[in-house]
Amino acid sequence: MTPPSSAVARLPWFRALALSLLLLAGGCFHRSLHWDLTDISGALPNLQFDLATKDRPHFTEADLRGKVVLMYFGYMHCPDVCPLTMARLGEAVRSLGKDADRVRILFISVDPKRDTPALLHAYAQAFSPEAIGATSSPEGIRDLAKLYRVAYQAEAPDPDGNYVVTHSKGVYVFDAAGRVRLLGSDSDSAQAFEHDLRQLLQSP
Amino acid sequence: MTARAHPPKRRRRPGWLPVLGLALAGATGASLRAAPPPPAGPPGIEVRQPWVRWLPAGLPAAGYLTLVNISGEDRTLTGATSPDYASVMLHVSYTLPNGDMSMRPISRLRVPAHGEQKLSPGGYHLMLMRQRHPIKPGDTVTVDLKFADGRILRVGLPVKPAGQTE
Repeated sequence: MTPPSSAVARLPWFRALALSLLLLAGGCFHRSLHWDLTDISGALPNLQFDLATKDRPHFTEADLRGKVVLMYFGYMHCPDVCPLTMARLGEAVRSLGKDADRVRILFISVDPKRDTPALLHAYAQAFSPEAIGATSSPEGIRDLAKLYRVAYQAEAPDPDGNYVVTHSKGVYVFDAAGRVRLLGSDSDSAQAFEHDLRQLLQSP
Repeated sequence: MTARAHPPKRRRRPGWLPVLGLALAGATGASLRAAPPPPAGPPGIEVRQPWVRWLPAGLPAAGYLTLVNISGEDRTLTGATSPDYASVMLHVSYTLPNGDMSMRPISRLRVPAHGEQKLSPGGYHLMLMRQRHPIKPGDTVTVDLKFADGRILRVGLPVKPAGQTE
């Protein structure tokens, strides 16, 4: 930034502007926000995906424009940790009351072999009316997981053909502008998610 | 309307109480199938907060409960069966050193003397697979817990909605 010419600096409106900017900056420092989840602003790409849902073969970030998005990778044959995480996210969103509509939970299956978009819809809706179940081709999921550094691995099937999928437990929170902001997991309470969602909705 | 004899009144139990029965040491799975299961369980074992998290589409569901051991001897849970599911396994969810989540079957779970063992979300749980009939929230799933001493404890687990939080 080039310093303003002394002539400009002497103008009363400029001084007033400079003073208010200083006050604003000071104010920001004083109320620096505390996040219950981990602040990962800028650490990952903005929200972008091309997935299949029950109603749309190409459901993309454009369909969630203006929404705060909780993105979670899991699989439906996971009876414990995935539903636990989804239940907490559902409770957090429900507790926002009328602001719940400003948030979406995006459950992305890393098990496209078993989890169809129709089943994923029923699954997601069981946790929250604001939840969306989606998946893609194995290649599509691989690329999206790579983009957000999500690891997953289908383990060897048992004699009945059942298999466990080991996967990252992260819940990525994107603000309404699609910027990545926070990282949570099944270790975080519904209250922690609720606190941070309220803050994101109030001061984007 | 004709008068009818009233059936004998049954005492209502609190929902979390397991359905207890008579002890029958050395009972085999086969004999249990044929006859009403002997609701025994090892002495001193009590069950608290049993529940199942319902999932749609007949997906595998998790059963949770706390085993309280008021006796002076360790007890060991070695497995479970259910008339409502074709398969029940003891499972544990765990975090790998790299932070990823996984799940695996376990064959034994100790309930320490004068202590307790929790089967709760994110840790030990009963993996209930392949419903024998449609199950929905509000139902009660029956599970027979098998212990190392051969005794079996029959437990009723209320089915809660998917979004149930602890």
